[in-house]
Amino acid sequence: MGDDELKKVANEVRRGIVTSVHAAKSGHPGGSLGAADIITYLYFEEMDVDPADPHKAGRDRFVLSKGHCAPALYSALACRGFFPKEDLETLRHIGSHLQGHPNMNDTPGVDMSTGSLGQGISAAVGMALAAKHWGDSYRTYCLLGDGEIEEGQVWEAAMFAGNHALDNLCLIVDHNGLQIDGTIEEVNSAMPIADKFRAFKFHVIEVADGNDFEQIRAAFAEARATKGAPTCIVAETVKGKGVSFMENNVGWHGKAPNDEQFEQAMAELEKEA
Amino acid sequence: MADVKKIATRASYGEALVELGAEHDDFVVLDADLAAATQTGKFKAAYPDRFFDAGIAEENMMGIAAGIATTGRVAFASTFAMFAAGRAFEQVRNSIGYPHLNVKIGATHAGISVGEDGATHQCCEDVALMRTIPGMTVIVPSDDVEAKAAVRAAYEMDGPVYMRFGRLAVPVFNDEETYEFEIGRGVKLREGSDVTIVACGLMVQAALEAADTLADRGIDAEVINIHTIKPLDEDIIVESAKKTGRVVTCEEHSIIGGLGDAVLAALAEKHPVPVKKVGVMDTFGESGPAVDLLHKYGLDAEGVTAAVEAFMA
Repeated sequence: MGDDELKKVANEVRRGIVTSVHAAKSGHPGGSLGAADIITYLYFEEMDVDPADPHKAGRDRFVLSKGHCAPALYSALACRGFFPKEDLETLRHIGSHLQGHPNMNDTPGVDMSTGSLGQGISAAVGMALAAKHWGDSYRTYCLLGDGEIEEGQVWEAAMFAGNHALDNLCLIVDHNGLQIDGTIEEVNSAMPIADKFRAFKFHVIEVADGNDFEQIRAAFAEARATKGAPTCIVAETVKGKGVSFMENNVGWHGKAPNDEQFEQAMAELEKEA
Repeated sequence: MADVKKIATRASYGEALVELGAEHDDFVVLDADLAAATQTGKFKAAYPDRFFDAGIAEENMMGIAAGIATTGRVAFASTFAMFAAGRAFEQVRNSIGYPHLNVKIGATHAGISVGEDGATHQCCEDVALMRTIPGMTVIVPSDDVEAKAAVRAAYEMDGPVYMRFGRLAVPVFNDEETYEFEIGRGVKLREGSDVTIVACGLMVQAALEAADTLADRGIDAEVINIHTIKPLDEDIIVESAKKTGRVVTCEEHSIIGGLGDAVLAALAEKHPVPVKKVGVMDTFGESGPAVDLLHKYGLDAEGVTAAVEAFMA
């Protein structure tokens, strides 16, 4: 799929995010919009997955360690055909298969239950380790937040992945610089992120614009070609990307748009499409 | 009793893993830098390529085990009870329990019989913590035979399991040839009519010895081994309570939230009778030889005997 086509899909994914969070009247639109391009690339270009057979044995795995960005994952899965797009409007509703944070036993295409920050990466490491041990060829991708990596468990997992040279593992740090209580610098910065992962024996790829498909494509190609070490892509993204009043505004970390804001957000996205 | 064989259930765990490893290659064993103590070192020696050391990082170990289990295989994850159920509680809840993954937690060095290491390592809260997790099976084996059977049963069943093992060598009283272990099914070890003693772990042996002493003193005690705290065999307990009218629970665990409370809840709903809980009395442990500690905290045959006599008075 070419970059122009990916952009169109990502726009559709973004509209799904805004629609679902609006319908839920709660949720996390900012991080979801910022990570939409990376997740779109994974599900429409990078990963070997089959919507008709979500549990296909040899499929590539994706773990959304920053599980609060479930709206992005759900929208990408719906756009990819894992379940009807109409389901997005049931996000966070009682009885819906779309829980506030992803659950692998509820939603087709979700490979791991996540939401408690710092835990998804360990599961991803386990998946990669299992592939190495039993000779499976799948790759494992794991998206982390730049606030999430303040959790100590992330570094326990990184230490293990580096020491075991899990080159079938690709982490992506969604580096938008914002967390709930403020900028990551104000709160408790994990900077310098790239140097830290290098010190943990990762091959690190820094992506200046994690919302640009050309750069995303190059990074994942390099990750795939990297042998003997796990890869960590540190991608600079814009939180709230695609909706003007949400961009770089930490106030939209975990808040749903009201009807008026929803109309404006959808109008902006539709104009882009 | 001099010729009674004594084996720590942690040793049984290590041996059972080796035996299982000879039959199946769809599982791996993880530890967190305690392989010699948890006895997974035996498995490591037998199958070095199927053993992974997470280092001193229990939270990550639980997550890795969960990730492995998502691929349809089984992961045994081992460390001390304090770190398995305590430190990594939330990882066990969210990464293993919530997705109901096939992770089998082998938690050793449970209870005050850890001994000299003292209170920081004497986990008396693990059963309480683990049994609150939906879908978690909690097993507290009483001896070598039962511990080995539990490891095999845990491997064979679908879903997460917490197995509680001890450091102290304890008498082997179950017959390896005839003993039939079934998860969730209690075992009546002694018939009695005056009082029911429900026990788990090393307290089963203490209860049996206490029952002998009590018999000499005119108290006819029934003894039931509840090796599976969850799911609890309520039927065997209720049936016995209907006969004896009094129940004493015995566990090397806090009296809050463990076997005692599980039994109490079942009886309160189905057949209320007076219940006495014998366990660690809402206090931390301390350093000392295991046997001396068990005595001091009333967790030996003498302590159980005294508690039952006082209860019956």
